[in-house]
Amino acid sequence: MLPVEMTVNGERRRGVVDARRTLADFLREECALTGTHLGCEHGVCGACTVLLDGEAVRACLIFAVQAGGAAVTTIEGLGGPDGALSPVQDAFREEHGLQCGFCTPGFVVSVTALLQENPKPSETEIREALSGNLCRCTGYQGIIGAVKRAAEGR
Amino acid sequence: MKPAPFEYHAPETIHEVCGLLAEHGDEAKVLAGGQSLVPMLALRLTRFEHLVDVNRVAALSGFGRENGTLVVRACTRQRVMERDAAIAAAVPLLAQATPLIGHFQIRNRGTVGGSLAHADPASEYPAVAVALGAELELASPGGAVRRLTADDFFVGTWTTAAEPDELLVAARFPVWPARSGFAIEEVARRHGDFALAGVACAITDGRAGIALFGVGSTPVRARDAEEAWLAGAGAAEVAESAVRDLDPPADVHATASTRTRIARHLVERAVTRAQEGQRVAG
Ligand SMILES: Cc1cc2nc3c(=O)[nH]c(=O)nc-3n(C[C@H](O)[C@H](O)[C@H](O)COP(=O)(O)OP(=O)(O)OC[C@H]3O[C@@H](n4cnc5c(N)ncnc54)[C@H](O)[C@@H]3O)c2cc1C
Ligand code: FES
Ligand code: FES
Repeated sequence: MLPVEMTVNGERRRGVVDARRTLADFLREECALTGTHLGCEHGVCGACTVLLDGEAVRACLIFAVQAGGAAVTTIEGLGGPDGALSPVQDAFREEHGLQCGFCTPGFVVSVTALLQENPKPSETEIREALSGNLCRCTGYQGIIGAVKRAAEGR
Repeated sequence: MKPAPFEYHAPETIHEVCGLLAEHGDEAKVLAGGQSLVPMLALRLTRFEHLVDVNRVAALSGFGRENGTLVVRACTRQRVMERDAAIAAAVPLLAQATPLIGHFQIRNRGTVGGSLAHADPASEYPAVAVALGAELELASPGGAVRRLTADDFFVGTWTTAAEPDELLVAARFPVWPARSGFAIEEVARRHGDFALAGVACAITDGRAGIALFGVGSTPVRARDAEEAWLAGAGAAEVAESAVRDLDPPADVHATASTRTRIARHLVERAVTRAQEGQRVAG
């Protein structure tokens, strides 16, 4: 077992973990932050996407020990402290960018990272950026609409 | 789906990494971006007693120019290749190839050295390395460093000429002359998927490089086609020559003959685009 310490959504978090504990499981089980979803657990679906030092990454493909000293932002860290939705979350709601919601945390985190780097993405850029997140419900049109709305609102 | 237990090592110098690899032999594996290794561990396609995480080795990250060469240290993220204007200026083919690798979340973690060392036959960087005539720099436990050409480095599917206790330290990409043209083309089922077939190519006065990917167990260098191209053959003829001896794999995604047809078309397109690039550059 290995000690690990990182900042999650602005709070210091400590734990003692097996080396094979993924960051996603650490967030869900040690930190009780179950907004980070696990779909495939091998890098394909994007449901587990979090920000690691500001960059969107798969939390199922990094071990918790590797995130020692890093700043992690999960879906729970994107809204306001009073539960207010972030602009991206709000746009997903307005544009019906979700149905069952399983994929949504991963999409919202990915889109947040996209818009930080490229505040006015073209439709092609949006589609390319979303290619790493799978949704089995919406057919994606509402999600693309949500990204456009969030970009316009900026 | 969780990886089997392993012992985790987080060395901070190349010397320590090599020491650990020497000590544990083939029970140890280097962990770089984890974007290929961790899925294989999670699916239990493979397991190792020891993982040697190289992400905290400062000397393994970053890039620089050494005379006519761009030296990319192994643990430099793929995303840096995509974003940094100095990369696009020195080795345009690297900048062109990078957005084709997976998704941006993958490229944020995935490393240049990891992609080369992993040697997936359908991946982009190995073909770029072969087309440009790059060299791979390997360090072994005794501290010795050897360089292999990309042609010699890739020996089979997921197999390279590196020994289990050797660490890939850097990839050395030659900076081609200003009057050069480059192109990479591929077909994948969806954006970000591994390519069904693809080609990377480069042309300048007196030199051409063509390497196909996804159509063999390693990047396939098309030497006859390179010569034909230099001798002034048209794009269609170069393409025909490039696929003449291909023996691509068949799987659920495409038959061998479909792959060959796609490859021929892609070579024609890439050669045309590289020539245009050269004309503009000249
Ligand atoms: C959804 C998804 C889509 C992808 N799509 C593509 C794609 O389209 N094209 C593509 O090319 N790749 C793709 N990849 C793979 C990605 O590019 C990986 O990042 C890359 O193949 C491996 O690099 P890594 O740094 O993540 O290495 P790791 O996964 O950490 O390691 C991979 C292998 O290389 C070895 N290794 C790593 N670094 C070194 C070193 N310095 N010295 C010696 N051995 C080393 C490891 O021991 C391991 O065997 C995809 C991955 C995912 C999850
Ligand atoms: S759970 Fe991480 S990508 Fe699917
Ligand atoms: S809303 Fe159900 S998977 Fe996307």
